[in-house]
Amino acid sequence: MKRLKSVLLGAVALAAVAAAPAVAQTNVKIGVLSDMSSLYTDLAGAGSVLAARMAADDFGAAAKGLRVEFVSADHQNKADVGSNIARQWYDRDGVDMIVDVPNSGVALAVNGVTREKNKVFLVSGAATSALTGEQCSPNTVHWTYDTWALANGTGKAIVQTGGDTWFFLTADYAFGHQLEADTSNVVKSLGGRVLGGVRAPLNTNDFSSFLLQAQSSRAKIIGLANAGGDTVNSIKQAAEFGIVKRGQSLAGLLVFITDVHGLGLDTAQGLIMTEAFYWDQNDASRAFAKRFAAANKGIHPTMVHAGVYASTLHYLKAIEATKSAADGKAVVEKMKATPTDDPLFGKGEIRKDGRKIHDMYLYEVKQPSESKGAWDYYKTRATIPAAQAFRPLAEGKCPLVGG
Amino acid sequence: MPDIFGIPPQALFGQLLLGLINGAFYALLSLGLAVIFGLLNIINFTHGAQYMMGAFVAWMLLNWLGVGYWWALLIVPVTVGLTGILIERTMLHRLYKLDHLYGLLLTFGIALIIQGLFRNQFGSSGLPYGIPAQLRGGTDLGFMFMPNYRGWVVVVSLVVCLATWFVIEKTKLGSYLRAATENPALVQSFGINVPRMITLTYGFGVALAAFTGVLAAPIYQVSPLMGADLIIIVFAVVVIGGMGSIMGSILTGFGLGIIEGLTKVFYPEASSTVIFVIMVIVLLIKPAGLFGRAR
Repeated sequence: MKRLKSVLLGAVALAAVAAAPAVAQTNVKIGVLSDMSSLYTDLAGAGSVLAARMAADDFGAAAKGLRVEFVSADHQNKADVGSNIARQWYDRDGVDMIVDVPNSGVALAVNGVTREKNKVFLVSGAATSALTGEQCSPNTVHWTYDTWALANGTGKAIVQTGGDTWFFLTADYAFGHQLEADTSNVVKSLGGRVLGGVRAPLNTNDFSSFLLQAQSSRAKIIGLANAGGDTVNSIKQAAEFGIVKRGQSLAGLLVFITDVHGLGLDTAQGLIMTEAFYWDQNDASRAFAKRFAAANKGIHPTMVHAGVYASTLHYLKAIEATKSAADGKAVVEKMKATPTDDPLFGKGEIRKDGRKIHDMYLYEVKQPSESKGAWDYYKTRATIPAAQAFRPLAEGKCPLVGG
Repeated sequence: MPDIFGIPPQALFGQLLLGLINGAFYALLSLGLAVIFGLLNIINFTHGAQYMMGAFVAWMLLNWLGVGYWWALLIVPVTVGLTGILIERTMLHRLYKLDHLYGLLLTFGIALIIQGLFRNQFGSSGLPYGIPAQLRGGTDLGFMFMPNYRGWVVVVSLVVCLATWFVIEKTKLGSYLRAATENPALVQSFGINVPRMITLTYGFGVALAAFTGVLAAPIYQVSPLMGADLIIIVFAVVVIGGMGSIMGSILTGFGLGIIEGLTKVFYPEASSTVIFVIMVIVLLIKPAGLFGRAR
């Protein structure tokens, strides 16, 4: 009897061993590092976690022998908190890839840690063009947009349609300075003039003093080199002071659809901005937005969410090909070697410096009478072809380029 | 006209006026804090969250029930004031015998909870709230374009501030209140219900915060973070004015608004820190604040 039992057990064990190779599993752990509690929560935050999960589902990871796990955390917009989480995830929790990371300061910190640990960093939320410039890394892909693309898209379009004198209202930290500098270059290169600017501290409540200064400069365009709540408050108060009615125009250099939703069309109408994605672009983006909004309290996807989705999808394709997530540099090399193709951004590529290339769009916010309902906010003014949308490879001073 | 400190006089007058308008907000908010601290000895860190609730309740009234701005000015302070009374009855009144620090920590915790709940429900980008139709547009004053709504805010704030000061400093009710804080047992022995008076005072302070929230909704974005952004500045105003001094908080509120406005012209990068610099200087020279009594 005893013998029979051990034979049976042996048979079961053999069967189990024999069955295992049929589903050779690759494990991947993805960390979504975002702002979960402050001013960027709506444009990234929990929506980014959702977008990453949707990418794994749509990829059919399980059926392809990929076991994908997710973790997420709040970086609180502090570079030290962000880099500590990244370090802990890589060292202790076995995370292979970090995605999103709005806030340029935090993203630059995570960029360093990721390179040191040879993992993968896919940036969607952060703006600074330094990530593919002087601080570019073989482990990082900058997916959605950057300060150069914003400056080039919005700045160029406005100067070309007659807005040739500018005054900047700039958020007084690295991101604002970079955006102001990039836009000033575009304006000057096209023959426009910068009449002045003012640097407001981050999280300023009242912009009326600064707006009055902008008004007295008599510049045709007031460029808002700020983001989130600062942009929203400056636009709202510009309307209150009748700045647009009195002949000056506002240029929002970084505006997300969640900001427009928060402002309401009454206040936001006519605003021109550059983005990489709008949910009502085509059937694929609409289908994505419908599923996304249903699971995200009705908040429609921003370009940051779209970037998280698309970059995660492309990453999983590379993992499927390399069969291992362990060597971050090799995975990114595979990502660069494979042309990108996803439902939200279409066909594109990743350049040597880690810059993902796709079309950008110049949008104008609709009049309230043109909008058919909630989240129907943009009309397309122009498509900026991929080849012109981003900083030319040679101008970025990225050490990975050349040689 | 010649320039003043390199700034055209028109622009300077404009900035002074803007400073006054911002000062109106500081004055109203710090007034509520001063009333609560002066009479109850509670450092009410929930004040910013209650100001934010005021703006949100106004938004809910408009978008969910179709109740407009003017009614909101009345309904919001009452409803938010009632939640204040609830907080006082269930939690704060247990702490009166303890050190100030416990009240501060408790109210700080409550503020974080309220803020978190609103952020979960409404997200962080904020919600739009328009200027009421009667107050749209503006007046050209020659040196600046003055939005009518901002003018209204200054007038209302002044009226409310002075009325509050009058009630507390010049009426019989006010003298009961002040007496009750000095010697509650004695006042109680005169047949006055001191605990109820304290509860109502806290409710009134909270109602002032909510009222300011309604006034602010058309100017700033109605966002869960709006109170947290402002509360630290308002605390600085209260400290500079002298903790608990009603007139002190009104005058320093307006005064600091003006100083901040001028800083935005001459050295904008420092405009968010100038108030704290003043606070440090005042505390070094006069630790009880400009109008405070040493306790």
